Amino acid sequence: MDNNAILAKSVSRKYGSLLALDKVSLSAEKGKVTALLGPNGAGKTTLIKTMTTLLVPDKGEIFVDGIDVLKNPDKVRSHFGLAGQFAAIDEYLTGRESLEMVGRLYDLSIKEAKNRAKEVLEKLGLTSAANRQAKTYSGGMRRRLDLGASLVAYPKVLFLDEPTTGLDPRTRFQLWDIIRDLVKSGTTILLTTQYLDEADALADKIYVIDKGKMIAEGTSEQLKKSLGKDVVEVKLQTNQISKAKNLISGQFKSRVEVDELTRRMRIRTVKGGDDLLKVANILKDARIKPEEIGLHRPTLDDVFLAITDEKAGKK
Amino acid sequence: MTGLSDTYQLTKRSVKRNFRLPQLLVFSSIQPVIFLLLFNYVFGGAFSGQSSESYINFLLPGILAQTALFGSIQTGVGLAEDLNKGAIDRLRSLPIARYAVLLGRTLADATRNLFVLILMISVGYLLGFRASEGWMSFISALALVLLFAYAFSWVSANLGMLLKDSETVQVAGFLWVFPMVFASSVFVPVETMPGWLQAFANNQPVTQVVNAVRHLTRGGVVDGSDYVWITLAWIAGVIFVFAPLAVYQYRKFNK
Repeated sequence: MDNNAILAKSVSRKYGSLLALDKVSLSAEKGKVTALLGPNGAGKTTLIKTMTTLLVPDKGEIFVDGIDVLKNPDKVRSHFGLAGQFAAIDEYLTGRESLEMVGRLYDLSIKEAKNRAKEVLEKLGLTSAANRQAKTYSGGMRRRLDLGASLVAYPKVLFLDEPTTGLDPRTRFQLWDIIRDLVKSGTTILLTTQYLDEADALADKIYVIDKGKMIAEGTSEQLKKSLGKDVVEVKLQTNQISKAKNLISGQFKSRVEVDELTRRMRIRTVKGGDDLLKVANILKDARIKPEEIGLHRPTLDDVFLAITDEKAGKK
Repeated sequence: MTGLSDTYQLTKRSVKRNFRLPQLLVFSSIQPVIFLLLFNYVFGGAFSGQSSESYINFLLPGILAQTALFGSIQTGVGLAEDLNKGAIDRLRSLPIARYAVLLGRTLADATRNLFVLILMISVGYLLGFRASEGWMSFISALALVLLFAYAFSWVSANLGMLLKDSETVQVAGFLWVFPMVFASSVFVPVETMPGWLQAFANNQPVTQVVNAVRHLTRGGVVDGSDYVWITLAWIAGVIFVFAPLAVYQYRKFNK
């Protein structure tokens, strides 16, 4: 427990006959960002709900900031902040009113609540919109206000359920910066995301969840390494793809993936640079001129697809 | 007592919503005024042939009860809206008393009801309504209608959490409120209805509260004070059953 701000042990939860969480375990180290990565319907939100007292799991144990969530739900609520998936802000309240109300609900004094609301609005760049009703806010401002509400009471642990889903890239990066700032100040963050780049950019540790099961965990580097192989990527002209594929498949054991739409061929390699030359030579001998050719480290996309493929293959 | 402070904050939240949502304010204030004008001028002539009492004096107590009861439908609508927008989840993740969300919502709706009732009484006064039983009785009448609507706010809160969709709650609300309002002494004396309907109309709570309010504002109701006591019993009974049920439903959201 000592070094973990969040600890879930073997948490299971059924919805009717659907096993939404199947013996899921997770630990989030103090002062770090842990990402829970998975597609829609994987069980991310369900897991967050069990950790934030919104849903009682059928089995398992959960500790947040050292407190047993299932035994002391009333006690643990003052120890974390939660920003949900849908930006649950009060449209008809101004940003300032919302945050002051949340402060009061966390038992801050009237003066503290006012000061804290002002601070948080400033931190999130909402000062100029503070006195406008939230119904006039843009999508990004709503997310920031929602995040702000979870920050009011200086929580040590912060749960962010898909904080950037549906935001434009610029607004996403703004939120990333805010999240990085929070971690610098010592907050422990557990965030869920369906974006691999987001987990890659923010998280110290990543859990991959799919269909209610944890299927992988590790740092972004570890996950990429576990796949172990660099990827040679070649862009070809449409009429040469199948010819090139046949030639290369004959000489490589690993699977050759082709994306017809982008005209890209991907070959997972063992030897990196040597294999790049090998591919280049095969193409040269066959007088096929690639538009682009290159070697790159696997992205988390590669990792995720590889893990989910592998699991699906086993069944 | 952080429960009281929580309740105050959440009441304030809902009061602001009630008074800032233009469609809600229009719905809950202009519509009843239109009802009052329509019924007064459409039914008034037919009615005055049969009674010495002017119709507005008969109608206003009934319309007050109707308005308050329609207002209580909004409790469930507002709760369903909060449920769908995730606001209830957010509030459930905060360290606040479990009953504060429901208590705040029902109290806020009572505040709006008070505002609308005062508006209705003012319009009624312009149309010729006059109370004849003194200030104390008049204020008791207003309090009785408010409490009556407050009790039914808890029924509506249960519907809101059960149906979870604001439009469905609105429709369902009208389904139970309409028969109760029209098969009562709100618009016409119960004696003019067929026998089987009289049996329902005479014994359902809306008739009790309307007769009690007539007794307290205009007098001349046979056994008038009995209606006041029966109404109070209804109010206590409805709150006693539906408030704990609502809190139970709210607690069950984590299951």
